[in-house]
Amino acid sequence: MDLSELIEIAEHERASRRSIRIRCCTALGCQSAGALSLKQRLEEAATEVERQDIEVIGVGCMGLCGNGPLVMVDPDGVLYEHVRAADAPSIVAALDGGEATAPLGDPQHPFFTGQKRLVLEHSGIIDPERIESYIAAGGYQALYHVLHEMTPADVIDVITRSGLRGRGGAGYPTGLKWATVAKSHGNRKFVVCNADEGDPGAFMDRSIIESDPHKVLEGMAIAAYAVGADQGYVYVRAEYPLAIQRLQKAIAQARRLGVLGAQIFDAGFTFRVDIRVGAGAFVCGEETALMASIEGRRGQPRPRPPYPAESGLWGQPTLINNVETYANIAPIIRHGAEWFASIGTETSKGTKVFALTGKIRHTGLIEVPMGATLRQIVEEMGGVPDGHVKAVQTGGPSGGCIPATLLDTPVDYESVQRVGSIMGSGGMVVMDDATHMVDVAHFYMEFCKDESCGKCIPCRAGTAQMLHMLDVIRAGQATPADLEQLEQLCLMVKETSLCGLGQSAPNPVLSTLKYFRAEYEALLIHNAERATTEP
Amino acid sequence: MAVTRSQRPTPESAPHPSGDNRFRLLEAAMKKHQYRPDALIEVLHRAQELFGYLSTDLLLYIAHSLHLPPSRVYGVATFYHFFSMAPKGQHSCVVCLGTACYVRGSAAILAAAERHLGIKAGTTTPDGHISLETARCLGACGIAPTVVVDGTVTGHQTPEQVLIWIERLAQMVE
Repeated sequence: MDLSELIEIAEHERASRRSIRIRCCTALGCQSAGALSLKQRLEEAATEVERQDIEVIGVGCMGLCGNGPLVMVDPDGVLYEHVRAADAPSIVAALDGGEATAPLGDPQHPFFTGQKRLVLEHSGIIDPERIESYIAAGGYQALYHVLHEMTPADVIDVITRSGLRGRGGAGYPTGLKWATVAKSHGNRKFVVCNADEGDPGAFMDRSIIESDPHKVLEGMAIAAYAVGADQGYVYVRAEYPLAIQRLQKAIAQARRLGVLGAQIFDAGFTFRVDIRVGAGAFVCGEETALMASIEGRRGQPRPRPPYPAESGLWGQPTLINNVETYANIAPIIRHGAEWFASIGTETSKGTKVFALTGKIRHTGLIEVPMGATLRQIVEEMGGVPDGHVKAVQTGGPSGGCIPATLLDTPVDYESVQRVGSIMGSGGMVVMDDATHMVDVAHFYMEFCKDESCGKCIPCRAGTAQMLHMLDVIRAGQATPADLEQLEQLCLMVKETSLCGLGQSAPNPVLSTLKYFRAEYEALLIHNAERATTEP
Repeated sequence: MAVTRSQRPTPESAPHPSGDNRFRLLEAAMKKHQYRPDALIEVLHRAQELFGYLSTDLLLYIAHSLHLPPSRVYGVATFYHFFSMAPKGQHSCVVCLGTACYVRGSAAILAAAERHLGIKAGTTTPDGHISLETARCLGACGIAPTVVVDGTVTGHQTPEQVLIWIERLAQMVE
C-alpha cells in the first residue's frame, strides 16, 4: 500500500457514487427504533423505481438520536425524522415531486447550525462499515503523511502546540503525555484506547466508534508511531455490542489493506490493534484499573506513580488516551496545530462532544467549540420543553449539578470545575423541577457504592456510609448535625481515596448541597420536633 | 495449584471426555489465545456465551487450562458484573437505570415490572422463564428510557409498554 493506491481507492469510491444519496442512520439509537428494516425498505423502494442515480447508504450517528430513525437525502439536504419503514416508498417518490409521509426535520435548527464538527466530521456522512468510505473522505492520509514526512518528535511537537487535552475528563495535555511515553524506556511500548465509557448518561465514545471507527484507529496508529509502540488495545464496554462489532470489522479491513499490521505504508512501522471487551465494571475507566483488566485481572486501581507512561501494561511504558482524544489526532495532522489552537478558549482548545439528554426537546449528540455556554447548548440547541431548567448535570457520577442560575458558564475544563462540577467525558443531563436533587445525589451515590472496587477503605466504607446518611435524610429522620457530618465525610472521602472513583464520588452530593441545600434542609427533622422525640 | 506441562488440555480436535461439544468450542477459544493467563476475561466471556452462566466446575476447568489458581479465576468472575454464577431465565428483560433513563422515569418502569413478575431485579422467576435485570446505562440515552427485551433495545418506554413486553415473553413457550 502506498499513497497512489490510497488515492486510487478514494477516487474510485468517489466516482462510483450516485448523484442522489439517501443516508439512513444505523447507529444504536436509530437501530433500536427500526432503522435496519427502514434501510432495507429504502433500498427496495429505490430499486423499484428503477433509477440509476439513487443509492441508499447506512451511516453513523447524525446527532438527533431522540427523533430517530433519521434519514437525510443528498444533495438537497432534506432531513426526515421518526421515519417508519412504511414511509420508505414515499421518501423515494418525493424525489420526483411526490410528498413524503415522514415528518420533515429542520437542518437549519440551532441544534445543527450551532455545532462545529471536527471529531464528528464524518459521522452520519460516511458508511462506518466500509474502509473505502473513510478513505474517500481523506482517511489514512494523515497516517501516511506522518510516516513518510515527520519524525516521531515532529508529531509530538504538533500535538503539543495544538493544545489538545485529554477528552476522558481530566484534561491532561495530550502532547505532554505522548512525550513522556516517548522518553520512557521499555522492551516494548503499548498504546491503549479507553472506550470504557461507564458514566451513565454519556454515549459520545460509543457513537464515535459506531460512526467512524477508522478515525480512532488512525489516531491510535499515529500515536503509536510518535511514542514508539507496536501494539494497541481498545478497551470497550461489553454493553456496546454494535461498537465492538464495527470496530472488529474496521480492524480486519485496515489489516487487509495494510494500514494496520506489519510494514504499514512500507515505512518500516508495525502496529497491531486488538480489542479487549470489558465486563461491566465502572472503575475500569480508571487507567490503572483498566490495565489490570487488560491483563486479565480484577479491575482494581493501584497508586500512581509510577504512571502508566513509565510503567503500564506488563510493566512497559503505555500510552492511554480516550476515544475522542484519538479522534482529534488525524484532523490536527491534516490541518495543523495552529488551526486547532485557533478553536476554543485560552486553556481549552478545539471542540467537545456532548451527549445531551434528560428533560430536553432535542436529545442526542452535539459537538461545540470549547467555551460555548451551557445556555447556548441547553436552551438554544437542546430546547427546553416548558421553558424551565432546574439544573444541568455534567460529568456523571464524578461530576456535579450546575444550577440554572449559572447557565452562562462557558464549557471549558477550568470554568466547569470552578462551579463545582467537572467537564467529564461529556454526558450532560438536563433536569427540571420534577427531579429532586437529594434523589439525584442518592442515585449517584448508590451507583458509586455499587461500583467501588473495595480496595481502599475511604471509598469502600465511605460510599456505603454516605449512602446510608442520604437514606436517613430521605426518610426525614436526619438532624442538621447529620447534614454537617455528611459534608465532612464527603470531604474526607474526596481527600483520601486511592483513585478517581472515590475522589470524585462525593461531588454530586457536594454540588447539590452547595446549590440546593434548601432541598436537604426541608427533609430534616425540625429542631422542635427533635426535642420531643429524644429521650 | 501446581500444573505441569504434561497436563496441557486436550487438543481442540479431540472430543471432550464429557461429550459436550461446548467444551470443544471453549477449548478453541483458549487455544486462540494460546492459553495465556491474561486472556482470562476473554475466555470467561466465551464460556458464559456458550454455557449461559459460569458454574464452579466450569471455573475450575478454565483455571486448570490457563494454569491459574482457582482463587484468581473465581476472584475475576465475581468482580465483574457481567459474569453470572447462576443460571439465567430463558428470556430476559433488562431495565436501564442510567441517568438519562432515571430522569425520564425508569424507576417506575422497574417497579411495575417487579410488581408484575413478583420478583426483585437481578433474579429469575421461579419457573426459570424470565430474568429481570437492570443495567447502568446502555449508551442509548437519546431514546431514554430504554428496556432490552431478549437482547433487543427498545426506546421511549413506559410502565404499560413494558408490561406488554413481559406478557408477550410469558406467553412464549419453549
